[in-house]
Amino acid sequence: MTPARTTPILELMDLHAAYGGIEVLRGVDLVVPRGSVVALLGPNGAGKTTLLRAVSGHLRPTSGHVHLAGTHVNGASAEKLARAGLCTIPEGRATFPGLTVLENLRLVTYASVAGRDEVLERAFARFPRLAERRGQLAGTLSGGEQRMLAMARALGADPALLLLDEPSMGLAPLVVDELYEVIAQLSASGVAVLVVEQFAGRALGVAEYAAVMRGGRVVAMGEPADVQDELPGLYLGRGLERGTG
Amino acid sequence: MSALLGYTVLGLVMGAGYAVAASGLVLTYTTSRVFNVAHGAIGMVMAFCYWELSAGGLVPGGLPAWAAVLLVVGVIAPAFGLAVERIMMRRLTESPAGVSLVVTVGLLVALIGLAQTLWPPTARPVEPFFGAGGVRLGGVLVTYHDLLTIGVSLAVAAGLYLLLGRTRTGIAMRAVAVDRDLLALHGGRPRLLSSLSWAVGAALAALAGILLTPIVQLDYYELTLLVVAAYAAAVLGRLRSLPLTFAGAVVLGLLQSYAAGLRAAIPTLFLFAVLVFLPQVRLRSGGIRGIAAVPVPGPRRVAAAGLALVAAVGLASLLLPTVQVSRLALGLVYATVMLSLVLLTGYGGHVSLAQFTFVGVGAVTVAKLGGSPGWPSPLALLAGAAVAAAVGALVALPVLRLTGLYLALATLAFGQLMDKVVFQTAFGLGESLPVPRPREFAGEGAYAVFVAAVFVVMAAGLLALRRGRIGRMLVAMRDSPAACATLGLNQRGLRIGLFAASAGMAGLAGGLFGGLRGTIGAADFQVFKSLPLLLLAVVGGVTSVTGALLGGLVLMLLPILQSEVPALGGLVFLLVGIGAVSLGRDPGGAASHLFRAGRWARSLVVRPPAGPVEDSTDAPDSRVETEGMSLRATP
Amino acid sequence: MRRIRGWRRRGCRFAPLLEVDGIVVRFGGVTALDRASLGAEPGQVTGVIGPNGAGKTTLFDVVSGLREPYRGRVRYGGADITRLGPHRRARAGIARTFQRLEAFGSLSVWDNVRVAVEIRQGWAASSRAVGGAAWDLLDRVGIAAFAGHRADAVPTGIARLLELARTLAIEPRLLLLDEPSSGLDDEETEALGGLLRELAAEGRAILLIEHDIELVMGVCDHVHVLDFGRVLASGGPEQIRDDRRVQEAYLGYSQEVPG
Repeated sequence: MTPARTTPILELMDLHAAYGGIEVLRGVDLVVPRGSVVALLGPNGAGKTTLLRAVSGHLRPTSGHVHLAGTHVNGASAEKLARAGLCTIPEGRATFPGLTVLENLRLVTYASVAGRDEVLERAFARFPRLAERRGQLAGTLSGGEQRMLAMARALGADPALLLLDEPSMGLAPLVVDELYEVIAQLSASGVAVLVVEQFAGRALGVAEYAAVMRGGRVVAMGEPADVQDELPGLYLGRGLERGTG
Repeated sequence: MSALLGYTVLGLVMGAGYAVAASGLVLTYTTSRVFNVAHGAIGMVMAFCYWELSAGGLVPGGLPAWAAVLLVVGVIAPAFGLAVERIMMRRLTESPAGVSLVVTVGLLVALIGLAQTLWPPTARPVEPFFGAGGVRLGGVLVTYHDLLTIGVSLAVAAGLYLLLGRTRTGIAMRAVAVDRDLLALHGGRPRLLSSLSWAVGAALAALAGILLTPIVQLDYYELTLLVVAAYAAAVLGRLRSLPLTFAGAVVLGLLQSYAAGLRAAIPTLFLFAVLVFLPQVRLRSGGIRGIAAVPVPGPRRVAAAGLALVAAVGLASLLLPTVQVSRLALGLVYATVMLSLVLLTGYGGHVSLAQFTFVGVGAVTVAKLGGSPGWPSPLALLAGAAVAAAVGALVALPVLRLTGLYLALATLAFGQLMDKVVFQTAFGLGESLPVPRPREFAGEGAYAVFVAAVFVVMAAGLLALRRGRIGRMLVAMRDSPAACATLGLNQRGLRIGLFAASAGMAGLAGGLFGGLRGTIGAADFQVFKSLPLLLLAVVGGVTSVTGALLGGLVLMLLPILQSEVPALGGLVFLLVGIGAVSLGRDPGGAASHLFRAGRWARSLVVRPPAGPVEDSTDAPDSRVETEGMSLRATP
Repeated sequence: MRRIRGWRRRGCRFAPLLEVDGIVVRFGGVTALDRASLGAEPGQVTGVIGPNGAGKTTLFDVVSGLREPYRGRVRYGGADITRLGPHRRARAGIARTFQRLEAFGSLSVWDNVRVAVEIRQGWAASSRAVGGAAWDLLDRVGIAAFAGHRADAVPTGIARLLELARTLAIEPRLLLLDEPSSGLDDEETEALGGLLRELAAEGRAILLIEHDIELVMGVCDHVHVLDFGRVLASGGPEQIRDDRRVQEAYLGYSQEVPG
């Protein structure tokens, strides 16, 4: 574990961001302590993905502050943040379909302290299936294998903070289990993780804290158990609450 | 037997040159998403640079050939490519294919102008490398230069293979084409890669230009047009695959060499064929798209402005000397041609690189008909428009499925084909045809008023069309083809009609053009004439009639300024360049600025001007120094 | 017009208007739709729900003709339309809205609907009638106040309602609505729900992709749940809400299992 410090690895203060004049983030406050796993939940359209884009450097916030390890980073470019130790795995397949597995992993070395061989070794040790398919184009892998390849970047890049957007989307439960094992492993080695999920159950299993977004704001934050009680109302409508409570 | 071998060798050498040029084009396109129409023009200017250094007067006695090549390919061309990327291309990556095309067309026009200014036309023989020596191969002399060309192309192929397949930078160049954002999340630097690809692309263009010069000689247009062959080869590789591009280049070179009679037409035929057989693109969907356009004026304002224009031209024709009146009429003819681009490009969203070809079709029709009895000139003008429209519809049929860049390239191929085959035949070699004017408007002044009236009528018709049903449908089709399809619009018919109407308008302008000139020749309708036309139409403002008028007048003024005030020539090219670059920000062109200035001026009358507005997104406290920053606890 | 009146009078038929049968769509190595089968009936609102990436929008692409399936059939009013082009399907009465918005950005909101009316009615209709019809449609979805705004300058919610008005302009028998409520506030969503019931009551079949489960439960007669490109469950709203598999697909756990 890294030594406990007072500054959180990520701190968002009254963050606003917009797409083409339409405000999507309306004052987000969120803290990710060093070395912890935070689950960010919420229904579709709540602004979760936009939040990740604002943190990763692809969307410039209109106001508010993004602090990474105590440094104010609004407007820093995505590649600089990546090289500084912020690893963002966007939703979808998040690999280059026209490149082979080996070539995809080669690009991991841009942000990594480790060398090329080290990156390959870690990826293949965790996902032996990738080693078997090292020469294959990423686009011809199955959805789960592509997701593993994307996760291999988090293993190789030695990030201080990992941002994950819907890692379980569209994947079979077994693959999701495997991915969450990797998240747990990274967390155990001291990496802080902010994981965005609609699929709340799995994320709550590994998270130390959970936050719920709705309408561009964080509307609830706390221990997973506290947040869990509010979820059905937010996801499946009030009717479900009535039905069970 | 030895003749066949000879042709094969020549074909291989040409193909090798094309391959070098085409690979540069593909490299630049895949990495930066900008199709560089000016790729050949860069090669042309660099070939002139090479001549200047090795045989021209710049260096006393001339540099040795190897040193000149090294300097041009290794230093000047890459530096030029970097500068172009920094100044012009950087912000174009995300813009629609039409805008980036026009900007590179601007670069092409500027480069040809630059070359003509720096190196006025005279004979500039360029010796092949190693003189005329060579080896005999089955009775055929293969010069050392031929061997060198083939060797260089093989070396380029091997070099690119290693770069793109083996190095991290090369892998990232392939990755950046697919997903810039994802590469940035990996920590790669998309902008740096883009700069690099332009540097390498320009170097390869220079190399191809220098290698091919001894075969085609130093010529502004020949060398620039060599790139059509490169386009063809690159498009065969779907602008992605380098092996296919190389194969395409070699096949092209051989075809051209074997079918010597059709030599000029082969690259274009090849390009056209490849484009037509490209697989169907899926209708794009996602996000609301709109183009900023100046407001469409109502009928009353149009009538008033039109009458004012005709009256002004009438007054000018009484006051100005005849030469100036003809120039004014020429500007109005150009403006009329640009109206056809307002329809096609401004409303319809399709870029045509061969609009002057339709002008030629109209002019030739009027010339052929006008002399015969029973065809009074106004009727002949309409016939010219009709023939041009028919040709336009015919061209539209095979290219209907194409969009954006590929469609533009298809029009270029068509224009080149007409230029090399049809017009050459229609005119006979070096001959010219007389074109009659309407009897009632035979005098210069009267003809200028006639042209102004035609412009006004066409402009008013175009604006009425835009206000009406068809105009709405055209704009809807431009903004979202997917939505149009799911609303039940059969877009085939509308697109063919759009092409035909636009070609017809250009054809009518062609009759006016011919009448103004009195006689026309094949040289009047070279495909190159279309490029400044498109450029100035867009710089003037391709979404408005005012823009067409502005663009037409400037297009007329350009060569006059260049010849009468040579000192201004460079400045004018600079201005056009700046205009083209500013398109990335406001596709409305100069007309849009004009309207804005008008609104601003009116607002001055109403209330005092407000102070400068602070740009809040660039507030100093939000800039961060992240150089050398690390989030990691243990480095 | 005659045909439209005809089917209205006939009202609810027993055979579904739309039948999607065993559709398979693959892109790259991923199967977006995996033998998906479902239907929609006139007079009913049929919900299609499921987590992100379940294949819902791809299903709409297949039904509206923008994407050809790898395998399977689409039948509409009993006829096989699997190979029919999108504009022909639109003329036969299939209309859709787009999740990622496809309004005509350079046209005004009013002109957006006018174009659609003109496409439907052809060249014969008078421009006064077209303008009036477009105005009525804007009024019906409640965005007449935005008629003069450019479509690329209105909020997302307004653009969604605009797309709805535009689809109504072509007098559809089958409406495919892709997340029409996202970007609307609670009050607007409620109004939308009322409108959807009304449209169904007029005899249209409505297929509704929606993330707002309250809306789905409130307006749908029947709900299909899509997951991994397959139809996981089908049934009435109550039945779906209590289905454990559905809860698992959405939450990753079901309510019976204590958290």
